[in-house]
Amino acid sequence: MLLASRSFCCLGIRTYQLQTDLLSRSIKLSASATMAFRHKNARRIEGLDSNIWVELTKVAADPSIVNLGQGLPDISPPSYVKEGLAKASAVDRLNQYTRGFGHPSLVKALSQVYERVCGRKIDPLTDILVTVGAYGSLFSTIQALIEEGDEVIIIEPFYDCYEPMVRMAGAKPVFIPLRYKNSGNSASSADWVLDPAELANKFNPKTKAIILNTPHNPIGKVFTREELQVIADLCIKHDTLCISDEVYEWLVYKGNQHTKIATLPGMWERTITIGSAGKTYSVTGWKLGWSIGPQNLIKHLQVVHQNMLYTCPTPLQEALAQAFWIDYKRMDDPDCYFYSLSRELESKRDRMAQLLQDAGLKPVVPDGGYFMIVDVSTLNVDLSDVDEKQPYDYKFIKWMIKSKKLSAIPLSAFCGPETKRQFEKYIRFCFIKKDSTLDAAEVILKNWNKQPA
Amino acid sequence: MLRRAGPSLRHFLLERKSSAGYSSYFSEAKMSRPVQSRRLEGVDKNIWVEFVKLAATYSRVNLGQGFPDFPPPDFLKEALETALSRENYMLHQYTRAFGHPPLVKILAQFYGKLLGQDLDPMTDVMVTVGAYQALFCCFQAFVDEGDEVIIIEPFFDCYEPMVTMAGGTPVFIPLRPKAPEDGKMMSSADWKLDSAELASKFNERTKAIVLNSPNNPLGKVFSQGELELIADLCVKHDVLCISDEVYEWLVYDGKEHIRIASLPGMWDRTVIIGSAGKTFSATGWKVGWAVGPNRLLQHIRTMHQNSVYHCATIAQEAVAQVFQREFMLYGKPDSYFAQLPKELQKKRDWLVQSLDAAGMKPIIPEGTYFLLADISNFKSDVPDVPNSDEPYDSRFAKWMVKNKGLAAIPLSAFYCGAHKNNYSHFIRFCFAKEEATLKAANDILQKWKQEKTSP
Repeated sequence: MLLASRSFCCLGIRTYQLQTDLLSRSIKLSASATMAFRHKNARRIEGLDSNIWVELTKVAADPSIVNLGQGLPDISPPSYVKEGLAKASAVDRLNQYTRGFGHPSLVKALSQVYERVCGRKIDPLTDILVTVGAYGSLFSTIQALIEEGDEVIIIEPFYDCYEPMVRMAGAKPVFIPLRYKNSGNSASSADWVLDPAELANKFNPKTKAIILNTPHNPIGKVFTREELQVIADLCIKHDTLCISDEVYEWLVYKGNQHTKIATLPGMWERTITIGSAGKTYSVTGWKLGWSIGPQNLIKHLQVVHQNMLYTCPTPLQEALAQAFWIDYKRMDDPDCYFYSLSRELESKRDRMAQLLQDAGLKPVVPDGGYFMIVDVSTLNVDLSDVDEKQPYDYKFIKWMIKSKKLSAIPLSAFCGPETKRQFEKYIRFCFIKKDSTLDAAEVILKNWNKQPA
Repeated sequence: MLRRAGPSLRHFLLERKSSAGYSSYFSEAKMSRPVQSRRLEGVDKNIWVEFVKLAATYSRVNLGQGFPDFPPPDFLKEALETALSRENYMLHQYTRAFGHPPLVKILAQFYGKLLGQDLDPMTDVMVTVGAYQALFCCFQAFVDEGDEVIIIEPFFDCYEPMVTMAGGTPVFIPLRPKAPEDGKMMSSADWKLDSAELASKFNERTKAIVLNSPNNPLGKVFSQGELELIADLCVKHDVLCISDEVYEWLVYDGKEHIRIASLPGMWDRTVIIGSAGKTFSATGWKVGWAVGPNRLLQHIRTMHQNSVYHCATIAQEAVAQVFQREFMLYGKPDSYFAQLPKELQKKRDWLVQSLDAAGMKPIIPEGTYFLLADISNFKSDVPDVPNSDEPYDSRFAKWMVKNKGLAAIPLSAFYCGAHKNNYSHFIRFCFAKEEATLKAANDILQKWKQEKTSP
C-alpha cells in the first residue's frame, strides 16, 4: 500500500501532493492495514462468486475456435430492428430518462402482443415491468417475492442463474430432475419428463414458488398442456407462485405448441411470465426483458426495480417498441419474425442433429429453443489423466476446445449438486449460428476420428 | 391482518388435518402472510413516481426531474450511428459481462491518470446500468443486517431505501447552513458538516459512508479540508466510502472536483461511481461505472453477475468512443468536459438572477445542474395545514405545478422521514435546460411576482 507521489504536469491537473507528512500518513496506513479487515462481502453473496460463463466465454473468445457454446446468435438481427435503434436515438428527448417501469410505447406494444397471445386484457402500466434482460426480470421477481424460510422448486437441468438468485434471496432451492424416458431410437426433448409423484413430493407449506422454463434451456423441451396442468394443479393446491421463464416462446418447431401456464385456469393470479427481446429479436446485447403478471404481484417487482436501477435505456426500448408494432401487425402472416425465425432455426436444428449423428453421436433433438444436448460418453474420450476434480463434461469441453477447436457448454453447469453425476456425460450445443459457422463445425465433426486426440 | 404466520400458528394449522380441509389450511397459513418479501418493507414509496406524473400532467415548464432538455453532443450521436452502421452486427449481442472491453479500457486509462493509479480495466473497473445500478451493487455487496451506513443530508433519495433493502441502518448527518454575514446570496459552500457531530456518527457498526460530491440537490462541492475530515474518520474506523461522483465534471467558478479516493489511505476503501448520462447529457442511455480496488470490485462483480449480468453492448461501444475523444481533448477548450460546465454556469447564473428578481432566494450551487431556492416569500399562496403529514415544501411544489405550470422538486424529498420538516421551505430546480425553457420559467416567476405585489 505504498502511495507514491505523482504529478500530472502532462495533463495540467493539479493533484494532491503526498510529500508532506508522509510519515504520519504511513503510520495511519499501517494502523488500518493491521486492523481487522472489515470490508468483507455481505452474507447474501457468500459463495455466489463463481460463474461458469465468466470462465467459459474467456476460453472460447479465441476466434480460431468454432463457438457453439454461449447462447448468442452470430446471425444478424432483422434490419428493421437495427434501423429502429438508429431512428430512435436521432430523437433528442429519447436520449433522456423515460418512465421507470417501462417506456410507454414499449409497454403498450407488449400489452397488445400478449393480450392476443393470452386472450386476456393486460394493463400496460400495472401488469408489465420492463427489465434489463430476462435476467433482470428473474432477479426482480425473486427479490420481490422470495425470502428466507421459503423453498423454491427448480427443475433440473436449469438455466444456471436460478440457483444463485434463489440462494441470494435467502431461500432454499429444491431440485427435481427431468428424467429420460427411454422410448425408442431417436432421442427427442419430449422424452425428458417430470415424474408427477416425485414432483408432488417436493411441494410443502414452505414452497413459495416453482420456476418453470419452457421452451427449456438446455434440453429444448416444450412442456405440453398436460404437463403444465400437473404443475398448475400443484401450484393451486399448495398456493404456490409460478415463475415462468418463457424467453424462447417463439422458437418452437413443427408439431409443437408453446402453451403459457399463466393461461391455465387459476394460474394468472399466481404467475409471473418472463420474456426477452434478446431471444425474440436476436439482439441479446440489447438486454431488455419483461415480466408480465397480475398487478398485485407486478407491483412488488416494480418496487425492486425502482430501488435497483430505476429505468432501462430509452432508445433501445423505443426501437424495440417499433419492432413489436411491425410484427404485431403481421401476427396472422407467416412472415412475422416470431414465426420466420423459428422456421430458419428449424433447418439449422435439423442440420446440427444430422452432423452429430454422422459423427456417431446421439443428440437429443429439441422441440424448441436453440440448444441441443448430446451424450458424448459414447466417444470414449479418456480424460482420467486430467487431474481435476471437475465433472467429466467440464473436462471434455476443455479438451474439445483445445484439441478440436470446437466449444460447447457442459451440462453439469445446469444441475444441482446431487444430479451432476447424472448429467455429466452431456454437453450443450447452440445452433443459432450462421451457415459458415455450422460449416466449420461440420468439418470438425466429420474429421473427429481422423485427428489425433 | 396477520402480518406473518409464525411457527406456532403454522404448527397449529397443520395439526388440524382433515381430509377435506387439509389443503385449505395450508392456503390459510400462506395467505395470512404478505406475498412480498420482507426486504421490501419501507422501500416502496418513491417520490419520482408521483412528481414525474404531476409534471407530465400539469407542467408547462419542467425544472423538476434532473435531465437536460437540450440534446446530447453531436459526437455522441455520431458515435452511436457509426457503431450501428458498421458491418459488425455482433454489437447487438452480449459483450463481456463486467464491461465492454473498449469501454473499461478507456475508463481505466482516464481514471488512472486522474487518480495517479495504474488501473487494471478487467479488475478495477466495472460497467453498470447507470450509476444507480452501481450504487445498488455496492450496498448489496457490502451491507448486511446490523451494518450502519452514514448518509449526509440532503441526499439523492435512493441511498436510504437501498441501504434499508440491504438490511442496513441508515445513519443521517445534515449539512447545516450558515447564512453569509454580509447579506450576500447564500452559496452551497455555506452548508457544512459539523466535524464533532460527524465523528460521533462513526462506531464499530459503521460499514460505509456515502459521499456525493458534487452534491445533489444542494450543489455543494466538498473542499479538500472537508474531504480530509471524512477520509480521516474512514481510515480511523476502517469504513468504506461509496463515492457518488456523477456530477464530477459540473463544477463552476474555477472550483476543483477533488476525488476522495486520491487522499491517503482512501484508494483501498473507496468505490467511485460515475455516469455517462450526466457526463454526456444522455441520461436515457443508462451507462454507469464503478471504479475501485479489485478486492472491493470483486464483490460488486459477484452482485452484478447475479442480478443483471450484462449491460447493453452498443451503448457501451458508443460511450467508449466518446471517452476516447475526451481523453485526447482533455484540458483543451474543445473538450466537452470544459464546454459543458461553461454552458451550465451561464444557465445557473441566469436562473439565480431570475429567482432572485422574483423574490425566491436561490442558493448558488458550486456544482451539479441543480439549485435550491427558499420559497418563504411565496408562502401566502399556499396556506400551512397544521398537523399535516406532508411536508410544506411538498405541498407547495404540487400547488405550484398545478397552478403555475412550473415543476420543481421539494427539498424534503432528499431527507429521511424524521427530518423532512427540518428544511421545508426549499424547492430544487434543474437548470440543464434550453434558453427558451429558462426564459419561460422566468416569465412564470415574474408574472407570479406581479400578481403578489399588485392589489
